[in-house]
Amino acid sequence: MFPINETMGQFSELFMLLAAGTYTVAFIAFAWDLAKSSKVLRAVDLKAATLSGAVAAKVPVAAGAGAAPAAVDRADADVAGPVGRAERPSSSVSRAAQQGDAGIGQTADGGMRYAGERRVPARVAVAVTVLGAAIHAAGVITRAIGSGRVPWGNMYEFLTTGAFVVVAVFLLVLIRRDLRFLGTFVIGLAIIMLVAASVAFWTPVGHLVPALQSYWLIIHVSIAVLSSALFTLTFAMSALQLVQSHRQKSIAAGGADKLGFMRLVPSALSLENLSYRINAIAFVGWTFTLMFGAIWAEKAWGRFWGWDTKEVWTFVIWVVYAGYLHARATRGWTGTRAAWLSIVGYLCVVFNFTIVNQFFNGLHSYSGL
Amino acid sequence: MSERVNVKKKSPAPGSTPDASVSGESVPDAAGPDAAGPDAGKPIAAGKAEAVLPALGPLGTLRWAWTQLTSMRTALFLLLLLAVAAVPGSLFPQRPANPSIVTQYIKDHPDYGKILDSVQLYDVYSSAWFSAIYILLFISLIGCVIPRAIAHYKAMRSQPPRTPARLSRLPEYGTLVIPADAGIPASQAITDAAGLLKKRGYRVDVRDRDGKRPSLGAERGFLREVGNLLFHTSLIGVLVAVAVGGLFGYSGQRILVEGDTFVNTLVGYDQFTPGTNFQSSQLQPYSVQLDKFQITFDRESKGKFGQPINFKADVTTKETPDAPAKKEVLKVNDPLSLGGTSMYLTGNGYAPVVTVRDGAGNVAMQGPVVAKLQGDNYYSSVVVKVPDAKPEQLAFAGFFLPTAFVTDQGVSFSGDPELINPQLTLNSYYGDLGLNDGSPQNVFELDVRKLTPLNARNLDTKGIVLTPGTTHTLPDGKGSISFDGVKRYVGVDIHHNPGQLYALIFALLAVAGLVTSLYVNRRRVWVRTGTHEDGRTMVEYGLLARGEDHRLAGEAAAIRSLLARGWDVDAAVSDSSQSAPSGGADNDRAGTDVSGDGQAQAPTDPHATDFIPSSAGSPESKKDQ
Ligand code: HEM
Repeated sequence: MFPINETMGQFSELFMLLAAGTYTVAFIAFAWDLAKSSKVLRAVDLKAATLSGAVAAKVPVAAGAGAAPAAVDRADADVAGPVGRAERPSSSVSRAAQQGDAGIGQTADGGMRYAGERRVPARVAVAVTVLGAAIHAAGVITRAIGSGRVPWGNMYEFLTTGAFVVVAVFLLVLIRRDLRFLGTFVIGLAIIMLVAASVAFWTPVGHLVPALQSYWLIIHVSIAVLSSALFTLTFAMSALQLVQSHRQKSIAAGGADKLGFMRLVPSALSLENLSYRINAIAFVGWTFTLMFGAIWAEKAWGRFWGWDTKEVWTFVIWVVYAGYLHARATRGWTGTRAAWLSIVGYLCVVFNFTIVNQFFNGLHSYSGL
Repeated sequence: MSERVNVKKKSPAPGSTPDASVSGESVPDAAGPDAAGPDAGKPIAAGKAEAVLPALGPLGTLRWAWTQLTSMRTALFLLLLLAVAAVPGSLFPQRPANPSIVTQYIKDHPDYGKILDSVQLYDVYSSAWFSAIYILLFISLIGCVIPRAIAHYKAMRSQPPRTPARLSRLPEYGTLVIPADAGIPASQAITDAAGLLKKRGYRVDVRDRDGKRPSLGAERGFLREVGNLLFHTSLIGVLVAVAVGGLFGYSGQRILVEGDTFVNTLVGYDQFTPGTNFQSSQLQPYSVQLDKFQITFDRESKGKFGQPINFKADVTTKETPDAPAKKEVLKVNDPLSLGGTSMYLTGNGYAPVVTVRDGAGNVAMQGPVVAKLQGDNYYSSVVVKVPDAKPEQLAFAGFFLPTAFVTDQGVSFSGDPELINPQLTLNSYYGDLGLNDGSPQNVFELDVRKLTPLNARNLDTKGIVLTPGTTHTLPDGKGSISFDGVKRYVGVDIHHNPGQLYALIFALLAVAGLVTSLYVNRRRVWVRTGTHEDGRTMVEYGLLARGEDHRLAGEAAAIRSLLARGWDVDAAVSDSSQSAPSGGADNDRAGTDVSGDGQAQAPTDPHATDFIPSSAGSPESKKDQ
């Protein structure tokens, strides 16, 4: 067992606060990006609308295709043309949006690749986030050195390390996909987690209780945190998907575009498809979490499954996401309903994390009969 | 399922072009995800069955119910129901985990405590309703897996589906042109393409090789479905393994003071819970002696000063009574394996050693007394029953404190978990302990109602306070008690679960199946070639995915460049007038998607005329549109 290093622990806390401060700057930049882009885009739209009739010519196309969900639904039921699986009833709306590219109700590129136009505030936001993540990483590492073990043994460490993983996963995904529209959400969440850790769950560096001293802590919890970080991303995307699909529908029906900032966000279908892929990875991760948890429980308590609170909720989350995967394969359950399942699943994850706290208190009963 | 759409029945006479294929073959696939389900391919039939329900006979009703039960929708519903049903078990105390808390809970909530009990909310996971949900789910699962397995077996043995008339309607489509001077006729081109696809792991079937428009159908990724079936079947395996463990397993508890030996026989246990089919002959009489138990306390961190950070039990084990003794270490998270069981360190505490002499002056009891933890720093309660004392039976009840402190108010507490100032504070009693009638008693509790107090704080005699090495003489010549020293004890759990290993194996299989089914892509490729009047060889190909497949565009590009390299043509250039497959906009096919709207062909369809006309003007081709 490594000795405790209080100085390192204090450094760590300083880094965490610095990281939270840096993230706050990044958060403002992300929010600015959303506000600014939506204003610019709106101005462009207005100009286009007044200057040329081309937009007007496009709108009927968009509206026409967008108003077709009922027709497409029927087509789907009758088994229409050899459309790919990605073409779901919900996609009719997105296609409408894509056809009206420059028109009202625009959405971002479905591939979520980086497009040409420069968004200065977004770039600043990402750069500041990278800086914040570096400081945050220093905080996590010094915490690990200070306590001489992996930095996830209590609620404080869960929140600080978990927030780091969320940001890191977000930055990693950003390398390949332009998910900067999620920035305010992800960074906002990281700030909340850091603040909650420092205010409500502050714990000085310390040793682990014997019940947690196992390599399964390293395996089981790291996978759980990683999966949860992925679920966090898909939660945000599913929530945006609901908003976007509502927006696309109301625009297709001739309504005004009240949510201008949603132009930065891809179509509902693209969100659904990407969040499905991320959820599939996270589901495998959660399956491992469940299994390794069971193996650890067997090592620690002599039974691999005992329906204690923690186990129940891990199971519930697993089943909900299994339901989500099924929903994506069930007619009439794709799109909005699947998004709701993804959201419910994430709410269960959050609930589970607050239960963790109680669970770990409960483990102190380990010192006696 | 498309595989079951009979290929032979519909397969055209040699030489003719397979016109009906779009509507007959690939279309059910295109029904989307449900195509994989057992009810896929017959949604209309199912819909009809629903509509005419009132007219169904008993058999028909049964069949209808079965179809409903094994449908994806029902599976989804049952899954979500299972999730919801599992929740109350975390909200209310559960009997299997701790029966006494449940009893207390019912007492504390007289208004609704009993009602909750009547709907089995304290036994959620063995309740009728929870069982009903998962049993239905697994019946549905079996009803789902078996037909799918049969269908998939057939699919793996049948030929890839026939070439659709309009490849351009497939999600991925492209064309290549081989110049006339390359000397590659249509038949050669299709053979080349077949070879390339075979190398890429496709199963290939060439049609009409020497006809005017030879084509091929290719398919790969059967493992996807195999993975899915393996996943779902393994879930059944896990469930069965858990049930087997419940039937043939057993578990028990025992407290061992340093120096004690546990022998794995029924009498060796303090508490024993057999499985339904347990037989005592299952117990292998191994033995475990606790030599020494050590605890390391945290003396470094401020917040957790005095918390235990390491438990270590040195034991001597014998696999059988005659086997050689072996030194082993038992720790938390590190159980012992012996005679098919595992032994876990689950608790510990102090056991003060006392000697009690009775009124006659004889030693009536001598040895360690297990003190039960009550509060911080090993503040524990002690009960000593001395039924052998004569003429009167004796009993003591009180507390043991490893490091005794007394506040100004006279409240005593333990200041440290280590034995810095150990102290026993006891009241003493005499009378009939009620042990003679043989009914079992809790060793940690003393019923003082029928006993006469000898020493107590509120009596003139006051309570007994002992430190190691001291003796207290009881009033009225009833005897004496000496505090000789302190030992440590551990609580161990012993478990035998024969289902465990199988549960693990099935769980691993399930994960393997899950990963396979999520990451293997099932794809179909069709290629058609033809010779242009000017001698060029025209090639068109189309790809279709079954199930989620965001890399289909990538596969199309890969095949394209393979073909182009094979024929030494420029993959980028020869795509002539046809629009290129979508550039990876994840299934979105923005812009290039022209046929996805279903029956109604978009008026702007650039593929209105086929690249290689397969049967322009035939009645079937009109039907396609
Ligand atoms: C114990 C309950 C079940 C669980 C936990 C479960 C879980 C899953 C998961 C995680 C998947 C997605 C991964 C994959 O494609 O293999 C899946 C797919 C699937 N499940 Fe289940 N399942 C259960 C019961 C059922 C039942 C009862 C049915 C049939 C009625 C069923 C039919 C299917 C089908 C058809 C798919 C493939 C969907 C697709 O093509 O993507 N499952 N299941």
